[in-house]
Amino acid sequence: MKLLLVVCLLFPVSLWAAEGDFTVTIKDHRFDPAEVRIPADKKIKLLISNLDATPEEFESHDLNREKVITPNGKVTIFIGPLKPGRYLFFGEFHQDTAQGAVIVE
Amino acid sequence: MIGSAVIVFRETLEAALIMGIIAAATRGVPARNRWLILGVGIGIVGSLIVASLTGRIADLAEGTGQELFNAVVLGIAVAMLAWHNIWMTRHGVELARAAKQLGSDVVSGTREMSALGIVIALAILREGSETVLFLYGMLAGGEQSIGSVLVGGALGLGGGVLAGFGLYAGFLRIPVKWFFSVTSGLILLLAASMSSQAAKFLVQADVLPSLGSPIWDTSSLLSNNTSLASLLHAFIGYEATPAGIQVAFYATALILILVGMRLSRLRPATLPLTQ
Repeated sequence: MKLLLVVCLLFPVSLWAAEGDFTVTIKDHRFDPAEVRIPADKKIKLLISNLDATPEEFESHDLNREKVITPNGKVTIFIGPLKPGRYLFFGEFHQDTAQGAVIVE
Repeated sequence: MIGSAVIVFRETLEAALIMGIIAAATRGVPARNRWLILGVGIGIVGSLIVASLTGRIADLAEGTGQELFNAVVLGIAVAMLAWHNIWMTRHGVELARAAKQLGSDVVSGTREMSALGIVIALAILREGSETVLFLYGMLAGGEQSIGSVLVGGALGLGGGVLAGFGLYAGFLRIPVKWFFSVTSGLILLLAASMSSQAAKFLVQADVLPSLGSPIWDTSSLLSNNTSLASLLHAFIGYEATPAGIQVAFYATALILILVGMRLSRLRPATLPLTQ
């Protein structure tokens, strides 16, 4: 039963993450990977899944984005096309640990 | 405790400032307080409902439901603010005149207050649902005691409400001569800023093209991280790195509402006799 549930949970993710998508997970109020490398001048899809039991708000002044992610929730955020550079993002609800950056190259 | 106070304050501030502007703009409108309280009440209940549905809303439209929801909420608020300003241009003078004769303005007061009551409810719903989620997370996370989270939340909320009241008290000191121009100007900018925010959410959801992301960058002049920038963001929609389409939405809303105000001033004003 548990296994079935795990399989069911994994299945939509694998369908969902197409090529050109970038996945970040939140665990223990940290982003993994903390640095996401994406190509310049291209619109990309950032998939963020929150493995924590608490909500988080993905926020970035540099990228001009904000979005709440529920406990164990997944969200899609479109970013770009961007110029090369380093764009910081953070989790507003746990700012002391949840820090990351999108590196456009 | 301080951490949760700061975050709750930040989330509350925008809704409180919007309320301060609206309360000032409707000074003297009969039954105003009843509508303000009704708006706040509906907003609080709504934010609890939205917070509990956040996961389901987010899953809509391939994970972009939150953006679409925010854009629709902002769009409705923009329409209400625009209607208020256009309507007030036409009826403001009569309303002021009629205010002396008790009774004749009750109907019109109700009408315009219901639109602004909706704006208040929507502003609280949007900011409030994030606050509810945050506080819930703090409690569920068990990193801090219930007491410290609640005291922090109350402090932040109190601070935000105080800022809104401070703004309102400040507005009441504006001389009557300029009062109408100042408040309708602020509501105009509020509407433009909300439509720019709606555009931002639609870009984030990939419904609209960004048309330059960003179209300009004034971070070195005034970074988004500063408190002055957040204040300017709440009042006039300042953003250091806006997308091109946000600027387009901002300008379009500004021009359309101004044209509407001008047209309604030109036409002979008639107060509706029946509701």
